[in-house]
Amino acid sequence: MKKLIVITLLLILGFYLISTFSSTPFGAEKVSGVKDFYLKQSPETLKVSNVVTAIVVSFRGFDTLGEVTVLFLASTALGSILYRRRTKHSGLNPQREAVISSSLVRTGAKVLFPMIILLGAYVFVHGHLTPGGGFQGGAIIATGFLLILISYRKFFINHNVLTWVEAIAGTTFVLIGIGGLIYATQNNFLENFLPEGTLNKLMSGGVVSIIYIAVGFKVGAEITGILDTLLTIKEAGLDPDEN
Amino acid sequence: MQEYLTYSVYGSAILLMLIGLYAALVKKNLIKIVIGLSILDAGVHLLFVAVGYLNNATAPIFSEAVIGKNVVMADPVPQALVLTAIVIGFGVTAVALALVVRLYRKHNTTNIDEIKNLKW
Repeated sequence: MKKLIVITLLLILGFYLISTFSSTPFGAEKVSGVKDFYLKQSPETLKVSNVVTAIVVSFRGFDTLGEVTVLFLASTALGSILYRRRTKHSGLNPQREAVISSSLVRTGAKVLFPMIILLGAYVFVHGHLTPGGGFQGGAIIATGFLLILISYRKFFINHNVLTWVEAIAGTTFVLIGIGGLIYATQNNFLENFLPEGTLNKLMSGGVVSIIYIAVGFKVGAEITGILDTLLTIKEAGLDPDEN
Repeated sequence: MQEYLTYSVYGSAILLMLIGLYAALVKKNLIKIVIGLSILDAGVHLLFVAVGYLNNATAPIFSEAVIGKNVVMADPVPQALVLTAIVIGFGVTAVALALVVRLYRKHNTTNIDEIKNLKW
């Protein structure tokens, strides 16, 4: 009975969604809005060839600062939701440690780990030239750490180091934004105050590439922290005096 | 052809959203509900990017092959929005999973029928 109600409601919702969207045909020219401005300004004044990066970091840079804050809050909330008594928290889960992965997995992880880190670094350093950027590169780096975490069960990630990387990267982002307030021509927050360079060269885009590298470090550290927290939590029933 | 593309692309995105909503509303297992929310997320992202596409458009990147030529570029604004939405979706999934772990510790089950005040 409940399923029937849900399916009926979903079919009504689906019908109205599709009839709304079919009035704007796929691929047809819509009201252009701010698109033309971004497509013109990004290569000409900012010298950033990836327009999505230009929007995320420069035109809508303040939004990205908020987004990074949300990610930071999520990783902090995770720590506080899964909080155990501090004296008990050794960081290692005895049940997880008891399982030893096969030597094939361990050798493969050892070979692949530096390459994954290199790929992640490439993706966020070239965020203003090719598809990709800080968020994607950070996620790739976190998958490298995930591979190490599931193949070496005793691998221990120091959360103090992660906190410091996050803090320094976040501070760099904000300081560059304040630098725009002081040194840029129009004195706007996050405005470019470094030389733009030439289009399609690594040294281009002014502050955009530096901000995206900082975002890459921050996102990599945060996602690694979240994965480590979720992987190393102790199962229920192991602690006799837990509530 | 245009009609077919409109209904197939938007339809598949909306179908993904409906599948996700169905899982979130009907399934009993908390982990499956979180998976449903992730599928709903994916459907919304697909719909956003599909709306931003233009016919015969390239990716909005001024690479060497594109500079100087008169090419149509896809709308970069929905793509930037989806980039933001993916990151927020990751954060939401992580926090939801942490809450599931917390509930499991308290009640020793992930079935919402066995946890009081969690069914509708």
